[in-house]
Amino acid sequence: MSTKRGKKGDVLLEMKDVKVDGFSDERWHKIIKGIDITLHRGEVMGLIGESGAGKSTLGLAAMGFTKPGCKITSGSIIFDGQDLVLASDEEKRALWGTRIAYVAQSAAASFNPAHRLLDQTVEASLNQGLQPRAAAEADARDLYGQLQLPDPENIGDRYPHQVSGGQLQRMMTAMAMSPRPDLIIFDEPTTALDVTTQVEVLVAMREIVEKFNTAALYITHDLAVVAQMADVIKVLRYGNEVEEAETRQMLESPKEDYTKSLWSVRALEKTESPSDDVVLSIDNVDAAYGGGVKVLHDVSIRIPRGRTVAVVGESGSGKSTTARVITGLLPPMTGSVQFNGEPLPAALKDRTKDQLQRIQMIYQSADTAMNPRQTIAETIGRPLEFYHGLTGKAKQERILELLEMIELDQSFYDRFPNELSGGQKQRVCIARALAADPEIIICDEVTSALDQIVQEGILKLLLRLQKDYNITYLFITHDIAVVQAISDEIVVMYQGAVVEQGGKNEIMSPPYPDYTQLLLNSVPDMDPDWLTNLVEARG
Amino acid sequence: MTDSTQSYSAAAEVGQLRERRTRWQIIKIELAKAPYSAWFGLIVIAFYLFVALFAPLLAPHGEAEIFSQSFAPWGGEHVFGTDQIGRDIFSRLIFGARNTMGIALATTLMSFTIGGGLGLVAAISGGWTDQLLSRAVDVLMAIPGLIFALMLLTIFGSSILSLIMIIAVLDSTRVFRLTRSVAVSVVVMDYVEAAKLRGEKLPWIMRREILPNIMPPLIAEFGLRFSFVFLTIAALSFLGLGIQPPTADWGSMVRDNASMIQFAKYDLTAALTPMIPAGAIALLTVAVNFVVDWFLHKTSGLNDEH
Amino acid sequence: MHPILGTIIQRLLLGLVTLFFVSLIIFSSVEFLPGDFTEAILGQAATEETVAAFRRELGLDQPAYMRYFNWVGSVMQGDLGSSFSGRNASGVDRSRAVIDLVAPRLGNTLFLAGMAAVISVPLALLLGITAALYRNSVYDRTVNALTLTTISFPEFFLAYLLILFFSSLWPVFPSLANVNAETELAERIYKCVLPALTLTLVIVAHMMRMTRAALINLLASPYIEMSQLKGISKAKVILRHALPNAWAPIATVIAFNLAYLVVGVVVVEVVFVYPGIGQLMVDAVTTRDIPVVQACALIFATTYILLNLTADILGIVTNPRLLHPR
Repeated sequence: MSTKRGKKGDVLLEMKDVKVDGFSDERWHKIIKGIDITLHRGEVMGLIGESGAGKSTLGLAAMGFTKPGCKITSGSIIFDGQDLVLASDEEKRALWGTRIAYVAQSAAASFNPAHRLLDQTVEASLNQGLQPRAAAEADARDLYGQLQLPDPENIGDRYPHQVSGGQLQRMMTAMAMSPRPDLIIFDEPTTALDVTTQVEVLVAMREIVEKFNTAALYITHDLAVVAQMADVIKVLRYGNEVEEAETRQMLESPKEDYTKSLWSVRALEKTESPSDDVVLSIDNVDAAYGGGVKVLHDVSIRIPRGRTVAVVGESGSGKSTTARVITGLLPPMTGSVQFNGEPLPAALKDRTKDQLQRIQMIYQSADTAMNPRQTIAETIGRPLEFYHGLTGKAKQERILELLEMIELDQSFYDRFPNELSGGQKQRVCIARALAADPEIIICDEVTSALDQIVQEGILKLLLRLQKDYNITYLFITHDIAVVQAISDEIVVMYQGAVVEQGGKNEIMSPPYPDYTQLLLNSVPDMDPDWLTNLVEARG
Repeated sequence: MTDSTQSYSAAAEVGQLRERRTRWQIIKIELAKAPYSAWFGLIVIAFYLFVALFAPLLAPHGEAEIFSQSFAPWGGEHVFGTDQIGRDIFSRLIFGARNTMGIALATTLMSFTIGGGLGLVAAISGGWTDQLLSRAVDVLMAIPGLIFALMLLTIFGSSILSLIMIIAVLDSTRVFRLTRSVAVSVVVMDYVEAAKLRGEKLPWIMRREILPNIMPPLIAEFGLRFSFVFLTIAALSFLGLGIQPPTADWGSMVRDNASMIQFAKYDLTAALTPMIPAGAIALLTVAVNFVVDWFLHKTSGLNDEH
Repeated sequence: MHPILGTIIQRLLLGLVTLFFVSLIIFSSVEFLPGDFTEAILGQAATEETVAAFRRELGLDQPAYMRYFNWVGSVMQGDLGSSFSGRNASGVDRSRAVIDLVAPRLGNTLFLAGMAAVISVPLALLLGITAALYRNSVYDRTVNALTLTTISFPEFFLAYLLILFFSSLWPVFPSLANVNAETELAERIYKCVLPALTLTLVIVAHMMRMTRAALINLLASPYIEMSQLKGISKAKVILRHALPNAWAPIATVIAFNLAYLVVGVVVVEVVFVYPGIGQLMVDAVTTRDIPVVQACALIFATTYILLNLTADILGIVTNPRLLHPR
């Protein structure tokens, strides 16, 4: 097995001026516009960029694979002396799965639901006859153990749907490792996981890559994550290379402005300003969906006027449910919601127009939050008409005013949502909320679906609007960096209950209750040694 | 592109801005790109519509006018000869377009009103209403359509009104299912919830938020339902249980002249006589299916094009 | 007990409940007949006594729910009532038991449907799977265009086309499929070729399109791409990864289309004058012979429900998520 490995430091993969085109909307578009990659044995290269940068396509191209509808138009991809662009399908298949392995973003979708996990783990090795079955299976179980999977002896006998997401991701890593490849391509492997699960998976991946001296391409959009895993980082944008440097160097002194802007969100920080003027409070609320299983347990939150309260937690913590209770979509079983000192009717249908007008909501996905068949003007104009009775010229003028407030120019008036980018659409949703002239706006993960740069823009806009118009925000998020950037007070939620509540500075400094500690610790820092330190601290 | 990021401004954020087009421009472009099958379908449908609309002007004789010679051969005054009672087949063909298509259209409209309306109600109300309606539709669909129609026709007789109502009700079950499933996928969208939160009333939500977004699949389904209804009515008429004489109808025309097929070796045109109305039915259905196929192809990916 | 058995039993019960409601509908539809239908049936033989006797025989003096239970009870015992035809002969009641009319014809229809199924299912699967594998090739596009055309044709058009070519112009097969209990197997098959062929053409088109769509959907799954990225050859990907997951959708497609076959058989039987249950029903509808219509409707509905139930259960049994629950 070790004879095919050269010395660490030999060039393993050399991609020169690779161009890839994709076919959509009945035309060919350029996805990758000429990129070079030089990867040495045992080296880990991080490829980062935002969505649309072409990272996945590049990762697959490194194997010589293109998705249906894509083609490699020029360039050379030389893997250990063999040009994958010119190689035949059979030659490529001999390499895939055995010398080059791929770990996909969604583990749940990448495993065949009809076969056991163990069979799928060893399939690539057996297919090329690298090992006899018994040896391969024993090795697979050993890998499961090294990847910290529970019950490594038997977990392979399960089917994919019987195992959790984080565990599946690690099993996919085991599957990639089974034939001891020279190169593994990790395509956003932890993006879909919760922060606390992500840490476990990162630790497992890094250890195993180091142990077997495997080279790796690590694709992600999260700079902090890639800082933990990679020796070298390459930044991509719109199919072009922006910058490449060794990890530490890139973090300390990035050259390009674009690179610098990638973690600008982390540079944002709001100074806390406490206040006692409570605009909305939730008192001792229990809530359950139809089935009767309680999803909120004795939740109490107070929201001061003109400030931002961030509600932090992972999936299943009850943050969105709390928002539904406030808006009246889910009347609580016990407890009440008080608005400006007066109790608010629990159900939406019992509230007055006036009450509805003062509480507005902005959603996570702007794609589904706007009616695709209404123009921007119609979307923003409806609340103006509905709440304030504006029509005709007055309405038009107010819409233009709002467009200016959200920093979009007049030409957006007649456009449809499909003509706007993600960030622009979210701005329109903000304008729609503002049009009602509310006192409090609930922001439900409004920046989670956006790229880092765009996030910064939206957060800055929200902060400015708050300052100018004294709007209160209830900001639901799972991203600690955003919390740092935007909040005055923090509420930490876990499994339907409030774990901790208080001013930002107070919460973000030790000592922490257990869960908060776990949450804060799981968020990767921009320090390349963060993960190493974490592992050592665990002992 | 890579160096203008110090001061952030939304205008600098490059999105995939598409060129706006008016509705007419889009229709013209799509037609130009359409495959031959779609063009064929559109031309055939246009032709049939023309014949149906101007039937009295185009037909040489009346639809029930009886002439002395029955089973007359082709040619002369009777382009396609006469049928078993002595009526001119060519004229009956032309009137048949109007009758058969008209009845099928009325039935489809009725079935869409019933099925579509109930489907929307079920999707929006959810809960018990939805369950009740869906289970009732399941039971109705458990009896094969043609069989159910036959049974109901025994009871209620084969007048044009009962025919339309029976088939409309039976067919509305499919429209219900489609409308409901499409509407449900729209109802869970955030913009519908945003409208609810605003305080909008149900009729407004249905009209402004939901309906415009479910049109493409409904339009396609209208075409499919029309061709299905058309075939069913033709089949029932062929069995003698649909449109009754003397109203000209293609299905019963096939039945009336079917016996002539066995004379193929001796008189080919006689044998072809029953094939003409049958072929007319087939041609229209093929045309509609081609157009619907093309439409579905276009709208499945391009939901955001206006 | 394996949870999947619970799901299956649940489906069976649901099927029974559906059957119950369907029987209710079939039974109660008679309630809508105009009140004087008894006189109309007896025709010339209608006197006050005969009408009264007839009404008593039909149980029309009893409340509706009692009639329903009696009816269900008799059906379970195989007694489907007696036909209305033959009652207006002067004085003599020559009506026959419906079950005697129906039983032999049911056998004939099943034979014809079976013949069509045996040819069409393998053919459709072959065409559908190959079309999906060679998607967008000339072969695929041709087959697509052809099947789109065929499913648009009314069955009688196809039937008469076949008769025109294979019975009139070139007399290879008979246009009248008049079989009876004594017909031998070989002759039966010979006479049924054209009707079975008509049915086959219709069903193959539907089944092939649905199979193709299901398979294309399957082949687009991420785990198929993953297996390619592991270096597995295309053939092995299809066999080992796609096929185990294809049984469910394909079984559903087959069962669904066999149910469709049940309906298509009616028109074909009429065209070829084949003594099956479809033709019986059409005749009964024309003469308004209610018991026969009800019996036929019940049989068709039961078959339809059974086939859909089978499709449902097959879908459950082949679903790995249900076979191996958490």
